[in-house]
Amino acid sequence: MCGIAGFIDYQRPVSTDILKAMTRRLYHRGPDAFGLRMQGKAALGHSRLSIIDLTTGDQPMGEPGGRWWLTYNGEVYNYIELRAELEARGHVFHTTCDTEVVLHQLMEYGPAGLEAMNGQWAIALWDNREESLLLARDRFGIRPLHYWRGPRGIVFASEIKALMAHPDVPREMDNESLLQVFRYWTCLPGRTVFKGIRELKAGHWAKLTRDGWTEQRWWRLPFGQTPTEMTEDEAADIVREKLRTATSLRLRADVPVGAYVSGGIDSSLLAALIKDENPGMKTFSIRFADQVFDETGYQNQMAEHLGSDHHHITVSGSDIASAFPRLVRHAEKPVLRTAPTPLMLLAEKVRSEGIKVVLTGEGADEVMAGYDLFKDAKIRHWWARRPESRLRPLLLSRLYPTSPLLAKAGRADYLHKYYGRWIDNPADRGFSHRPRWDTIVGVLGNYLSPDLGSALANWEGWDSEYLDGLPVGFDDWGQLDKAQLLEAETLLGGYLLSSQGDRPAMAHSVEGRFPYLDPEFVAAAAKIPWRRRLPVLHEKQALKGAARGVIPDQIMDRPKQPYMAPDAPSFFGDDSPAWVGEMLATERIDGLGLFDSAAVGTLVSKLSRKRRGQIGFRDNMLLVGILSTQYLVHEFLEGGLEPTGDEIFREAVPLGS
Amino acid sequence: MQDSIRKFIIENFLAGKDDPTFKNDDSFLDSRVIDSTGILELIDFIEDEHGVSVEDDEMTTENFDSVAKVAAYVERKIA
Repeated sequence: MCGIAGFIDYQRPVSTDILKAMTRRLYHRGPDAFGLRMQGKAALGHSRLSIIDLTTGDQPMGEPGGRWWLTYNGEVYNYIELRAELEARGHVFHTTCDTEVVLHQLMEYGPAGLEAMNGQWAIALWDNREESLLLARDRFGIRPLHYWRGPRGIVFASEIKALMAHPDVPREMDNESLLQVFRYWTCLPGRTVFKGIRELKAGHWAKLTRDGWTEQRWWRLPFGQTPTEMTEDEAADIVREKLRTATSLRLRADVPVGAYVSGGIDSSLLAALIKDENPGMKTFSIRFADQVFDETGYQNQMAEHLGSDHHHITVSGSDIASAFPRLVRHAEKPVLRTAPTPLMLLAEKVRSEGIKVVLTGEGADEVMAGYDLFKDAKIRHWWARRPESRLRPLLLSRLYPTSPLLAKAGRADYLHKYYGRWIDNPADRGFSHRPRWDTIVGVLGNYLSPDLGSALANWEGWDSEYLDGLPVGFDDWGQLDKAQLLEAETLLGGYLLSSQGDRPAMAHSVEGRFPYLDPEFVAAAAKIPWRRRLPVLHEKQALKGAARGVIPDQIMDRPKQPYMAPDAPSFFGDDSPAWVGEMLATERIDGLGLFDSAAVGTLVSKLSRKRRGQIGFRDNMLLVGILSTQYLVHEFLEGGLEPTGDEIFREAVPLGS
Repeated sequence: MQDSIRKFIIENFLAGKDDPTFKNDDSFLDSRVIDSTGILELIDFIEDEHGVSVEDDEMTTENFDSVAKVAAYVERKIA
């Protein structure tokens, strides 16, 4: 896995120094090699983590004719098959690397060639003859790609910190995008929290020429299809076999592939499916000092079953508080939970064990319908058919047994009032996600400065920005398909694969691979009838059918535990790190001008008096969101961004320029 | 009593900002002032500060959905 950076300037000569400065900022993504290419109007940079063809896969890579130049971050797992097809059409290859296959695939087919590629990537391809730049991103947005378009061309990079090494790129917050994070856990697709800086959306390509800019979607999650009727066993067999193929394909690498083992079904199944193909596999787990979050028992059980070389880290609240600034620096947007931080610490461990590539279970809950949110929406849809019912909402208390309020008998009254808010409009495109999206919105304004607060006025418009662009025919889809699409396109893409995925892993140059997001697996999953995905209130039924007998019954039958980490209380107490006090100091809050210092002070004093378990979701999210925003602005606007601590940049050596 | 309840609500859920448009009769849930965990914090407060013991079947929106309703409930209990 790697980092890419570059720019096109149609008017001035391109500067090597700027490209070097940009690419240096991606050192953490790819410390094995470093390449710069100046080609006409284009400056292309690359920092490489060598995984396939360790000796000749250096980038940026050109083809012998000198017309096309590629800088690419990612993996295309079916490159061997694609290469054979390209050879049959007369292409000649000089390396055994997937990079060269991507280059020729795009030369041969243009962006239409993306559809045949199975993998995860951010691509920039310069056509020196036509003087055009093609940017492209994988289906789910696993690998990041950002850009800033200026009057003379474009600046692009894997990460925003690299973009900001270009002197033309402004450093300014986009207030609306920033506040969107407090609603969706991420800004909406295409946006970043910085003004003028965009991300290329998942499943899109874009082309820049002297005459303009074209952006086009080339893939969307194939939900909303007519399902194929099948029995429970048939559904389980399809899932198991497609997943086995997808996982096995993701073992293609010239370095050993490890696996994360969380203790739950999703990651366990992946590791179990390939344990014979990948003997002596290293597996990795996060343990928590706080028992409430810890899953050590299940993790050990699974590691024993696999016979893997198992490693772990143990994370405490104070570890999280110390590492959190670094997480924010990598995530490049605020976060509402601390849970991404342990994953960054785990990546550090993975790297220290000599592993660069890990299989991980993200996507299973979205593709196979695992989250409580899907059940929540299902119950509310059922209730919406009889909105006056006092009994139907009671089913919701089944979902939230840990909420003391909802667990008590006779709470129909509260459930009715709280969840009844959205019940009259089941045709609302955002129906499934309203309770989550509205968690903070009612009180957020109290914590904002007047300036930032004014950006909150249009929050209903944000919903439309996304919901109006849903696929044709969406309104006729089954409600589960609708909810799954929304979940995959907002929380999965913008948060789980990004703030909690690529960024914390690539902070230590570790590449995650996601079998549950394999396009053929997803296509098969989308054809499974919803009754096989989520019968009654049994989540991930088809996946569980596939896993039964493959992983130990104790893991199958354990209670589901969402991955969470110690949140707000981590930041307070006697060992609270100095940065927390600095970021929350009245003068600093007033100086940055985003939040209301008195309101934040009230929140902080309320939370610092409380222990874990006494703090509600909403207060927790507010505190973590405010703290991460304060640090982000400090880091990105006040001139941080230079390497700190563990990120020691080497002197750049331009290759082939 | 209403003042005591109101002060708690403002401090705990409205970031200390006493918004005059927020009336003592306004529903906590409708106005999104309190979420489900918030109701629990409110009950803790009443039990600790006013020495009232809240029974399960009293945890209803009739008793706990506005400043005025909570105040009336507490006054009934301590009467």
